[in-house]
Amino acid sequence: MFTLTLLLIPVVTALLVLLLNGELVKKVALLGSLANLAIAVVAWWQFTPDSSVQFAASYDWLASAGIKFSVGMDGISLLLVLMTTLLVPVIVLSAQNHDYKNPSAFYALILFMETGLIGVFSAQDAVLFYFFWEVALIPVYFIAAVWGGEKRIKITFKFFVYTIFGSLFMLLALMYLYFQTEGTHSAALTDLYALQTKLSEAEQTWIFWGLFIAFAIKMPIFPFHTWQPDTYTESPTPATMLLSGIMLKMGIYGLMRWLLPIVPMAVDTWGTTAMILSIIGIIYGSIIALQQQDIKRLIAYSSFAHVGLMAAGIFSGTTEGLQGATIQMFAHGVNVVGLFLIVEAISSRIGTRELANLGGITQNTPNLTVMFLILLLGSVALPLTNGFVGEFMLLLGIFKYNLWYGIVSGLTIILGAAYMLRLFQGTMFGEQTKYTKAMTDLTLSEKIALFPLIAMVFWVGMYPATFLRVTEPALANLMTFLK
Amino acid sequence: MQLTLLCALVPLFPFIGFLVNGLGFRNIPNSAAGVISTASAVASFVVSVLLFSNFLSGGSQPFTAVLFDWVSVGGLKIQFSYLIDQLSLLMLMVVTGVGSLIHLYSMGYMHHDEGFGKFMAFLNLFMFSMLLLVMGSNYLIMFFGWEGVGLCSYLLIGFWNKNVSYGDAARKAFVMNRIGDLGFLIGIFLIINTFGSVEYQQVFPKAVELFKAGDSTVFWITFCLFIGAMGKSAQIPLYTWLPDAMAGPTPVSALIHAATMVTAGIYMVIRSNVLYTLAPDTLEIIAIVGLATALFAASIGLFQNDIKKVLAYSTVSQLGYMFLALGVMAYSSAMFHVMTHAFFKALLFLGAGSVIHAMGGEQDIRKMGGLQGHIKITFLTFLIGTIAISGIPPFAGFFSKDEILMHVYEHNKLLWALGVVGSMMTSFYMFRLLFLTFFGTFRGTKHQHEHLHESPLSMTVPLMVLAVLSVFGGALGLPEVFGFNHQLANFMSPLFEHSKTVNALVGAKSALPHSTEYALMFVSVMAVALSMTAAWVLFVKKANVPASDETLDGMTKVIYNKYYVDEIYQAAIVKPLYSLSEFCHSVAETAMDMLVESTGKLVNVAGNGFRQLQTGIVGYYVLAMVAGILLFAVFTLRSVLF
Repeated sequence: MFTLTLLLIPVVTALLVLLLNGELVKKVALLGSLANLAIAVVAWWQFTPDSSVQFAASYDWLASAGIKFSVGMDGISLLLVLMTTLLVPVIVLSAQNHDYKNPSAFYALILFMETGLIGVFSAQDAVLFYFFWEVALIPVYFIAAVWGGEKRIKITFKFFVYTIFGSLFMLLALMYLYFQTEGTHSAALTDLYALQTKLSEAEQTWIFWGLFIAFAIKMPIFPFHTWQPDTYTESPTPATMLLSGIMLKMGIYGLMRWLLPIVPMAVDTWGTTAMILSIIGIIYGSIIALQQQDIKRLIAYSSFAHVGLMAAGIFSGTTEGLQGATIQMFAHGVNVVGLFLIVEAISSRIGTRELANLGGITQNTPNLTVMFLILLLGSVALPLTNGFVGEFMLLLGIFKYNLWYGIVSGLTIILGAAYMLRLFQGTMFGEQTKYTKAMTDLTLSEKIALFPLIAMVFWVGMYPATFLRVTEPALANLMTFLK
Repeated sequence: MQLTLLCALVPLFPFIGFLVNGLGFRNIPNSAAGVISTASAVASFVVSVLLFSNFLSGGSQPFTAVLFDWVSVGGLKIQFSYLIDQLSLLMLMVVTGVGSLIHLYSMGYMHHDEGFGKFMAFLNLFMFSMLLLVMGSNYLIMFFGWEGVGLCSYLLIGFWNKNVSYGDAARKAFVMNRIGDLGFLIGIFLIINTFGSVEYQQVFPKAVELFKAGDSTVFWITFCLFIGAMGKSAQIPLYTWLPDAMAGPTPVSALIHAATMVTAGIYMVIRSNVLYTLAPDTLEIIAIVGLATALFAASIGLFQNDIKKVLAYSTVSQLGYMFLALGVMAYSSAMFHVMTHAFFKALLFLGAGSVIHAMGGEQDIRKMGGLQGHIKITFLTFLIGTIAISGIPPFAGFFSKDEILMHVYEHNKLLWALGVVGSMMTSFYMFRLLFLTFFGTFRGTKHQHEHLHESPLSMTVPLMVLAVLSVFGGALGLPEVFGFNHQLANFMSPLFEHSKTVNALVGAKSALPHSTEYALMFVSVMAVALSMTAAWVLFVKKANVPASDETLDGMTKVIYNKYYVDEIYQAAIVKPLYSLSEFCHSVAETAMDMLVESTGKLVNVAGNGFRQLQTGIVGYYVLAMVAGILLFAVFTLRSVLF
């Protein structure tokens, strides 16, 4: 029942929010998202650490066609749902200082999106997965298009067309799979897994690319990323957080759940190609991030690079790579949302995001500096922070797959430090500028929003066993489908 | 169990100090912050001494304290655990002992700084990281500490963060260290692939079992780990961050960039001595890199005029000597030099800090001179440090350096000769520094002259303690040629059990006849005395003062500008990388974007119907889509809903 509750609470809250106005909107939205977090934590507590799909619920949807409304969570899903329910209240809270016009629509869309995301992470049926995949896209599209920056219409349109384009390929691939199933056909995940021995290599190859393009656009993987920097930069920051913190994990999760185990033969053949694209993304994104002037765009490129590493780890097909990607999804969500929150705190106060205009901020903002530094260290994967656990396992997995790929991917350690410290120095250190003189420290609500993220940076970094314990059996199960 | 607790406490104390000062530094008065932080360092030292005596009384058995399982993935299990053995105990003594003194010193030196509490918190954090590094029972915990000290180094170099060039120096240190760290990490991956574990006590016996000396797997493992050491311990080609690191407050230079952190690379090689003994080719590389660094850095030191820069290049050069020792498998000699160097180099840096303090922030030795009468304690202790580092008997540096040179002589006579040349340069630049600073007449401003004063006790006491250690530190390893029993080497010899089975030369007594040993000592002492005299003639008798920067020319100018290595790196690596970044951003990104957009347009042109729709508002698409999906959902879910 937990899964259904998790899906319903945001929808119900969203509908409620639509009926309200004024300050109450923010409060109700926050409460609703917190309630969902509480449910997710209880679910975590109740979860039996084995490989089964738990808290499942299944109803006939298109009974005659064998399509079901079927949801449930194994360890991987649960971790991502926990991440989603943790980040949404943070995002809602971070928006509190900002007065968005028509707030009830704004917050309702965020909550609708939460349902879509949780649906994607818990769907056990391909049609339902596709349904939620689209449901998650629409609210964020609206948020970006309505509340975004000057160039929002053109940019969000591009983003929209891009992702819809990807989805079509996915739809075709899933349809094809559906029609290969026995009898009256079924779109259940387990039935699709059973197809892997039936499909020829040519069939697998087509399905592989169909799904890959959809997921690659979502994450994004080089060269399908050109929508991303603009969209991240132009969107209002809550949308950027939703996109980078949670939504891009749909693509990574998709690779793990809906691609690798379904077409393992094609992965054997084409996985290397996908991996090379991912690794190009790591280096390419990092190198571009080195020179960015707009700090939001800088983080967008760094996120692009990090995602490449996760994808490469997944295509390594090693336990280390998959486990690393799983924990890194969580860590990346925490870090990138925190970093965008800091960026928003800076730019909303002083009206600029250009590095040339920034500097010396630390003199007025001790709290912001410390929290910024911690999140930044997490994202450059310093040991004992959350980023290291995932990055270590990812690089180890890639290294086991191919030594040279491992070494090239490892360059992220150096480049990441270079661009992130440049960001930190350029904003925090040096003399104050005419813009940063008026900078003020974090407000209480910002601090409260950042606090759980900071706690997670250390928790995952110092004692990752809490989280790995839950995902390990599910990943072991997944591994059995790969060979 | 009790022992596990004691082990856990050693790094825990400074960590608590860090948390208290770090979280509350705006609310804790400076005096309390200083006491909290110093007390936590001293507490850590006391526990370390307890552990040491416990170890000795317990029959010198290594002990592993497992705290918890950190990660287990795909058959690999990584524990968060500490190893107490001869090597970690020696390092503990140096880190917590010298560390405590420097904490004490900082209470005086940094007292007036507005970020005092933060500074002390960072020092504590550094101690914590360094302790993880030396106490970890596996390569991963070592790596935790390894990166942790890098972070602290970054934070402390850029401590005065308003100054942009300090920030650049800090960033350079971190990034350069990370280049090494990537090598280290790849080394760890190779170890995992080869041995299936990262625990020292599983890897080392297996290594002897699986491999013969000269195996290429071990070569790559040791070589990659050594890349990490090049970064952390500032060896060619990754040394240029260390001189820049002098931007940090002087106690930081003493603790992190002289006595402890930069010796991490040497610690790592001694820790992995089995692997290195199995890889003679890596050892050869280490010896050459070490010697080259020793000479190169010493030659730069000859012409520097910033008191801290001289000491910085001296540190790089002395680290080179330690690697030279490692390269000829004189592992315990390298450790001996790590310890004596910690004493006298910390002393020299703290002394330099005291000078800078007296001079009101001045660091240029051309503007000093004649300070000996004004700051007597600083002068005397600095003098002791200078004698010790120059290798004049019977001070500490003599014994450790001589031991290294002796082993090098056994290995290769050419390397030995070059090593002696290096030690001549050492004594020249050190005495040049001493004479220019403390002898002759005062060359600063009148204002500075009136201001000259000895530092407070909290600063001079550490100087005196370190001076005593610099005089008598050699007693740790008095050589057999004088009829002594080399205590340090004996103590450390169990560490090399596995290495000895690979190569009998490890830890063996010198095969040289006593007469040769005496001759070697005589040669090196004479060489040192000669260059000391030369410095005396130049800077005391003739009272030369180095020329101002503009009048330099020829080779002197090249060396004074550090052979332009920074500029070369800038032009060869940084600039091209930035150009590439620029290219990717403005050309590649635009091209890809255009490709995507023209594809989109093509689709639009192809479908005439779309064109009409496209004139509408984007929202319509979405609305249509949402409506479609919702209709679909309601329609299909009707069986559930109704």
